[in-house]
Amino acid sequence: MENLADTLLADKSKTIEGWGIDADPNNNPTYPMKHYTGADHQRLAYERSKQQMPREEILHSNERPGITRVFGTSSPPSGLSGHLRRYAFRFSEGSSAHWLTLLMADRVNVVEGLLDDLRHGHVPNLFKEHGWSAEWRYNRPGVIRKVAVGAVIATAVVTLLMLRSKRRKSQVL
Amino acid sequence: MLAMNYRGPYRVRADRNRPDPEILHPRDAIVRVTRSCICGSDLHLYHGLVPDTRVGMTFGHEFTGVVVELGSEVTNLHVGDHVLVPFNIACGTCPFCQQELYGNCHESNPEATAVGGIFGYSHTAGGYDGGQAEYVRVPYADIGPTVIPPGMDLDDAALLTDVTPTGYQAAEMGGIQKGDTVVVFGAGPIGLMAARCSWLFGAGRVIIIDHIDYRLEFAKQYAQCEAYNFVKDMDDPVVFIKKTTDFFGADVCIDAVGCEASGSALQTITGRKLMLQAGSATALQWAINSVKKGGIVSIVGVYGPTWNLVPIGNVVNKGITIRANQASVKRLLPRLIEHVMAGRLNPKGLITHRVPLEEVADAYHIFSAKRDNCIKPMLIPNQAPVAA
Repeated sequence: MENLADTLLADKSKTIEGWGIDADPNNNPTYPMKHYTGADHQRLAYERSKQQMPREEILHSNERPGITRVFGTSSPPSGLSGHLRRYAFRFSEGSSAHWLTLLMADRVNVVEGLLDDLRHGHVPNLFKEHGWSAEWRYNRPGVIRKVAVGAVIATAVVTLLMLRSKRRKSQVL
Repeated sequence: MLAMNYRGPYRVRADRNRPDPEILHPRDAIVRVTRSCICGSDLHLYHGLVPDTRVGMTFGHEFTGVVVELGSEVTNLHVGDHVLVPFNIACGTCPFCQQELYGNCHESNPEATAVGGIFGYSHTAGGYDGGQAEYVRVPYADIGPTVIPPGMDLDDAALLTDVTPTGYQAAEMGGIQKGDTVVVFGAGPIGLMAARCSWLFGAGRVIIIDHIDYRLEFAKQYAQCEAYNFVKDMDDPVVFIKKTTDFFGADVCIDAVGCEASGSALQTITGRKLMLQAGSATALQWAINSVKKGGIVSIVGVYGPTWNLVPIGNVVNKGITIRANQASVKRLLPRLIEHVMAGRLNPKGLITHRVPLEEVADAYHIFSAKRDNCIKPMLIPNQAPVAA
């Protein structure tokens, strides 16, 4: 099969002396992942599938003209995190504003998820969701140590606060 | 249906009220999941390190299943086929797919151009729900899913969807010549498979570096390679590798760790704690500094999309070639099926934990915290068959 790149660029060899004379398809660090056919030079003029119809909001990178022919439909943007995600997608993938805003949206989304659970009458079982039952099964001394350290720190903080409050009261009197 | 449901960093649950997937495109299929693994890269999602990981998503990109419904344009599969599903979602017709770069499809991920669509891997990889569920929607089902060959163990088939091709491609990208010394950073499932596959390309010596003793012991058996603990066996991994290669450097270094590497306080604090860079690039830094002049560094470890601290000056001055990509599973499957069926590769040997899907939160914690000598956990939905 004739190489597509050569077909598209055939005129160059007529106008530029020595054009392509040292080109070597094997001199390509992406081989063997990529079996070079020159198809890159088709750009977007390739056979495309039918378009999946969006039923919810699909954000797309501003480095492409629109959505892809298929896409995932998990968790559409919503709430405050959705606003943040929409804002993030104004920036390119090369911009820190894009990614850091998305990370911020992810953290906001966690709080939204908790509130959403409660709104639906579901109190999340944090012990189970964190997999702490497995931690108890396989690292019992570690759990006991962590709980003990936590308890000591909590006691120290409470004691400190109580002492401070006592001192303030005695100063007022 | 029952599915894993992400609720935030270090929090997931098995949720019985997830909606069943539907056919949304003529090239879709719906697959009833029979095996699904948790990948090391799922832990980056679980730890909240991948941007645009939304609450409510189902993870999982390593799975097998039985086709239960097909879109009108899928003619090469039948209802009832038991398939393994590559983690890449690939259209098969864009210029990248045409050239077998199935991990770089241009028509499967609207949210980012730098990565193709991946099942259950955040909206940065297309926003698809994944296979840690009873059912999953498989787009472009005429391209990716492959009928499991008769006689193949179902657990082997599940591990042909990511870990085996990724490990194999890590070695392949290393351009290993017969007799080469290959150093693999990371003794997780991918690193173990990369070490094992390095022998297939003719490596003369394979060294694996990690800091977790049980994984290093596993590596010695599974990959028949040298295994060293960078905390206990050496002061500086780069100097250690230079010394053990006659002060020359390794011919090939493979980064099979990615963004959650240990070993450098600076990298850990800036990458994993403060998130000032896209994770900790310690393994990559060591790989670049340990490889010989003119050597090859192969990267399959996952990094975030922003930036990382790596000694790029040394890449230039040493004339290093860096090769990296998501594995092109469909391209590699025919050869890897041969290797597995011939007994040259034993993917299922990596599985240490088989956990019911209902206990997905425990499985994530065990894998993440490296409890109970965990190498690779597999989730098994209720009523999944024992064999393909």
